[in-house]
Amino acid sequence: METVIDIKHLSKSFGQHEVLKDVNFSVRKGEVVCLIGSSGSGKSTLLRCINLLERPSGGEIIYEGENILDDKHDIEKYRTHLGMVFQQFNLFNNLNVLGNCIVGQQKVLKRSKQEATVKALKYLQVVGMDKYQNAKPRQLSGGQKQRVAIARALAMNPDVMLFDEPTSALDPEMVGEVLKVMRRLAAEGNTMLIVTHEMEFAKEVADRVVFMDKGVIVEEGSPDQVLVNPQHERTKEFLKRTLK
Amino acid sequence: MSFETIISILQNNWPMFLRGAYITLAIAVISTIIGAFIGFFIGIMHTIPTAKRSVKSIILKVFNFILSVYVEVFRGTPMMVQAMVVFYVLYAYGIELDRFIAALVVVGLNTGAYMAEIVRGGIVSIDKGQYEAAQAIGMNHFQTMVFVVLPQVARNILPATGNQLVMNIKDTSVLSVISVTELFFQTKSIAGANFKYAESFAIACLIYLLMTFIATRLLRLMEKKLDGPDSYKVENTTAVVK
Repeated sequence: METVIDIKHLSKSFGQHEVLKDVNFSVRKGEVVCLIGSSGSGKSTLLRCINLLERPSGGEIIYEGENILDDKHDIEKYRTHLGMVFQQFNLFNNLNVLGNCIVGQQKVLKRSKQEATVKALKYLQVVGMDKYQNAKPRQLSGGQKQRVAIARALAMNPDVMLFDEPTSALDPEMVGEVLKVMRRLAAEGNTMLIVTHEMEFAKEVADRVVFMDKGVIVEEGSPDQVLVNPQHERTKEFLKRTLK
Repeated sequence: MSFETIISILQNNWPMFLRGAYITLAIAVISTIIGAFIGFFIGIMHTIPTAKRSVKSIILKVFNFILSVYVEVFRGTPMMVQAMVVFYVLYAYGIELDRFIAALVVVGLNTGAYMAEIVRGGIVSIDKGQYEAAQAIGMNHFQTMVFVVLPQVARNILPATGNQLVMNIKDTSVLSVISVTELFFQTKSIAGANFKYAESFAIACLIYLLMTFIATRLLRLMEKKLDGPDSYKVENTTAVVK
């Protein structure tokens, strides 16, 4: 399978504190990868380094044969190929649901308003939020906001969707509606990289599970390998605590 | 002080009162708008990201220093003194500014100094997630500011801007020192001619109150309008969700 993003020897430090140490990792086309690990293990930082919301301290991120950490690389253009879904939704508060899904297409991708609207409605339909196109973010529930955020990212037609703990800020009864949308995206063959604490979900949809601890990738493989028959002591310990 | 005297003063002098009120309102509104633009400009200048020790960052530092001096000078001196300085210093150099224009310059620059801080506070208060979401879909700094951040800042600082407008309506009275024919100046002229100071200034007081009251109400309305309706329509169905 074709590799979409290839990460080589990636490191990230905040001052003296080393959050990522020599991470090597890649995402292939059509693959669903779940990043798991305890808080502070560096999995969110890794995701944020991939779309350069955090600037890596060292290493390479190869996309379409080019290292995007080169100084001359157009970061804004690169980011349009990655769809990001945040834990805190981060919908644009000044725009309604439709506006949220249009603004990036129109201003960044320079699509016409009509084309952008058609695309936006298509993806709002996918997440089941097309009925609420006129609502403002403050009028929506957490689950609804997150579904709109997913539609906003999809409308840019990214190569990879990045999810940073998309259900961690949701009430328990809203987690289901967001996971349902994500299951559908996975089934449709989207390339997805998901930081999550939902072990059952990871087991079900992931093609590959990556376990991180203290800034390094400890173990990776199929859900069965990592979640059912972990080889490393640290993975076993983590799973014992989360799966009970 | 009698009610009849007030009525008769109004009957004899209403065009002068009206003209004064008009000039007061014009200066207050126009200079609040000028000030808001200055405030946004300075606020944006302070948020431009730069690489350390680049040429761009040095130019920006010098520019921001000049802007800081401007803010400090205009916030740290009385507007009455600023009016005298601007008008008579320029006069000494042979430039005779139209008094109305001089008034706009003084009140506009004064408002700008205060608005700069208000806008800065407004920008700081916007959640970091808004910037990150904008960056994540590929917006550059300029696009992030124009399409996402500043519209929210404008809404959030509207109450403070309204406050500034109300203050400007009242504070234009100090411009009488450079003989701008605003409401206070006109009232002084009227009172000077009829020697009924109490009644004349009672009228001025009422006019000021009326103007600030209406301005406050209008701004409230504008806030409501900007916020949009509390409910939204669900497309393709008849139900309205609260």
